[in-house]
Amino acid sequence: MEMPIPNPDIVARKARVVERLQGVLPPDAVIHDERETRAYECDALTAYKCPPMVAVLPSSTQEVSDVLRICHEEGVPVVPRGSGTSLAGGALPTADCVILGVARMNDVIETDYGNRIIRVQTGRTNLSVTGAVEEHGFFYAPDPSSQLACAIAGNIAMNSGGAHCLKYGVTTNNLMGVKMVLMDGEIIDIGGAHLDAGGLDLLGLVCGSEGQLGVVTEATLRILHKPEGARPVLIGFDDNEVAGTCVSDIIKAGVLPVAIEFMDRPCIEATEAFAKAGYPMCEALLIVEVEGSDAEIDHQLELISAIARRHNPVELRQSKSAEESAKIWLGRKSAFGAMGQINDYMCLDGTIPVSSLPHVLKRIGEMSDHFGLKVGNVFHAGDGNMHPLILFDANKPGDLELCEEFGAEVLKLCVEVGGCLTGEHGVGIEKRDLMHVQYAAADLNAQMAVKDVFDPAWLLNPAKVFPLDASETRRAVKIAAE
Amino acid sequence: MDITSEQALVDAVKGADGPLAVRGGGTRGVPVRGAVMSVAGLSGISLYEPGAMTVVAKAGTPVVEIEAALAGENQRLAFEPMDHRALLGTKGTPTIGGAMAANVSGPRRISVGAARDFLLGVRYVDGTGAVIKNGGRVMKNVTGYDLVKLMAGSYGTLGVLSEVSLKVLPRPETHATLVLNGLDDAGAVAAMAQALGSPFEVTGAAHDPSRQETNLRVEGFEASVAYRLEKLRALLSATGAQIDVRDVAASDAIWADIRDVAAFHGKEGDVWRVSCKPSDGPAIAARSGAQTWFYDWAGGLIWLLTIPGHDLRQAVGAFDGHATLVRADAANKARLGMFHPEPAGLARLTSKLRAQFDPKGIFNAGLMDPAA
Repeated sequence: MEMPIPNPDIVARKARVVERLQGVLPPDAVIHDERETRAYECDALTAYKCPPMVAVLPSSTQEVSDVLRICHEEGVPVVPRGSGTSLAGGALPTADCVILGVARMNDVIETDYGNRIIRVQTGRTNLSVTGAVEEHGFFYAPDPSSQLACAIAGNIAMNSGGAHCLKYGVTTNNLMGVKMVLMDGEIIDIGGAHLDAGGLDLLGLVCGSEGQLGVVTEATLRILHKPEGARPVLIGFDDNEVAGTCVSDIIKAGVLPVAIEFMDRPCIEATEAFAKAGYPMCEALLIVEVEGSDAEIDHQLELISAIARRHNPVELRQSKSAEESAKIWLGRKSAFGAMGQINDYMCLDGTIPVSSLPHVLKRIGEMSDHFGLKVGNVFHAGDGNMHPLILFDANKPGDLELCEEFGAEVLKLCVEVGGCLTGEHGVGIEKRDLMHVQYAAADLNAQMAVKDVFDPAWLLNPAKVFPLDASETRRAVKIAAE
Repeated sequence: MDITSEQALVDAVKGADGPLAVRGGGTRGVPVRGAVMSVAGLSGISLYEPGAMTVVAKAGTPVVEIEAALAGENQRLAFEPMDHRALLGTKGTPTIGGAMAANVSGPRRISVGAARDFLLGVRYVDGTGAVIKNGGRVMKNVTGYDLVKLMAGSYGTLGVLSEVSLKVLPRPETHATLVLNGLDDAGAVAAMAQALGSPFEVTGAAHDPSRQETNLRVEGFEASVAYRLEKLRALLSATGAQIDVRDVAASDAIWADIRDVAAFHGKEGDVWRVSCKPSDGPAIAARSGAQTWFYDWAGGLIWLLTIPGHDLRQAVGAFDGHATLVRADAANKARLGMFHPEPAGLARLTSKLRAQFDPKGIFNAGLMDPAA
């Protein structure tokens, strides 16, 4: 993975930059000792590491504004960071950058159950947003699997999804307003407690822009009342294609489950050995969850089971209780851990049209043989978001590179069948150089032209999302201006 | 200029030597100047996969054509796009591109999202004549910036849509409406908040003060609908309202009327549309100077009828939200502006964005950016 060469002129001015930052932040909020900046050298994509020049931990929007204004004046790149759980390297530093962490900004500013909103500082973790409203029976719907740790700031940057987005949507569908600081320090507000912010949909544009347009310090989020209950049904098939058809039939029948999860045989075997959830050994497992009152759940599960029976399942297990539900979910929730027990793994995130599922699984199987690396597939089947887990050995020279090559082929396949490179993790550095596969030069230019407006000097998280050769002239503007 | 292919659209944009009035069916009453460039001729569904809940169509495809295709598979456009024709007295056929460009969402906005939330991908021609694609046809896609959302609600000012991909949803087995009679505005907004703050999945919440009638829609399987109506009835009994239930046929008519603002059909005056924090709705309506109004979106959307030329924005003053002048004569629309003025910071960003997408300033010039 190539990163831009650190600008020696900036690194040479480190002392001056630190001094200016210390002028606007408390002493403990400016981290510049090399032993301490190492804590920020990577996010959850741990294969790539680089300590930043400085890390700052502001406590208010005004402090964020002061930091950005100084970095703008000094021409220093800024990499925003939520909780550092990105699987795409979205918060990977460069040696000449300032990491701007929002972790200290985690207050709830306002809860308003009548209008069904919560306003929070964006350093707050996803799960603790729900934590702040659950005693009133409410929750915040997007539920990325890192929700215990990941921050709302990162959720907005990556437009995070989760297992339940088939019914509730992803971050962009649940975000109503933001307070955001632009690279030059200007503070702007977009949207609020009303639906559909006026003017151009800048809120939609900012959500998923990977920290390249501004630093979001506050967010107004939609909250919902929890359903009365939720229970899944576990369905096993001896054929991937039949499982795919079953998913399609369920959707066509007018049932809209809250989640449809899919696991293939390698994944089932690994999780069963690890978690002993009592899964049947078969080619494909579906976990389909529905919500409502007990009677509503029974009715929907029966409809789904009737559809499944038409496809001769090898297993069909409707949950009747919270214990049975937990057991059905146990394996799925341990899937990543189970694969991690076998070896190191790389988690892909491409999305495909649901109809292409059998073809794509077959091709991935062939690629697995070709590359000699095992792969297990976990899949949000309702929305086509795949998570192939490719196993490799990080200690074996060349294995990571081989795994990345395999991963790139899978993602190219996703695009080829009409899907995309990333469904919920973001581009970051991980998929940056594959953007050419999905988008033509003109398409990338249209996106980069947006960054030109928000951050003309390309100082905010500049080495992400766009292939370095595509963004090179734009990033050079900054250097020319200095 | 009638466009029948994307290439013709490219040629027309490249060859334009002045402002272009971009339109689909021309039914939404958008006041624009310049040579009319209609994409109604770019029509047809190119792909429909019911099992994946996605449809791809050329921008000029009539909304009714898409709705008919979806109905054949027991699916629908869940954002329930309004038909503006009867309100505005316009002719023509609403197109999917127009509905998306204007982000037209109906009563179900409060539960499933806006038109923009169902737009998965776009192809459009920018002001230089370049064909740009963004998004795709899958439901989860965070690959690069979301220009799809930016195109939704940009009223043709950033580019001319040539193709859209949409998420669709299953059509529920049935639905019904709970009607609360006798509540005043504040009481109705409180009742609607209570209903939406329950687990009973209300998909429409509207209040008509002229009849003191509050409508709450429930959709789903038959047994579910019956169950949830009873739960809501019990929940709302403390309001003191007299509560009735309307069955499918009556419920259909109620929500079609709310969606299309039937209350103002054939009535003289200007029509305003205010998006606000739901609990602010009654106070905003009361100080608006409007003659009559009703609430959708649980109070968060107010439709108001005023005497011609009334400056509702000035009467209301600052609030969390925005007011759109939907119907007025040309002079008043020009004087008051269709869209709510934006704070300086946002206005500066949007005008710079517009300059990037449409450097010649030819697409629906001045519509969303009167100062330009």
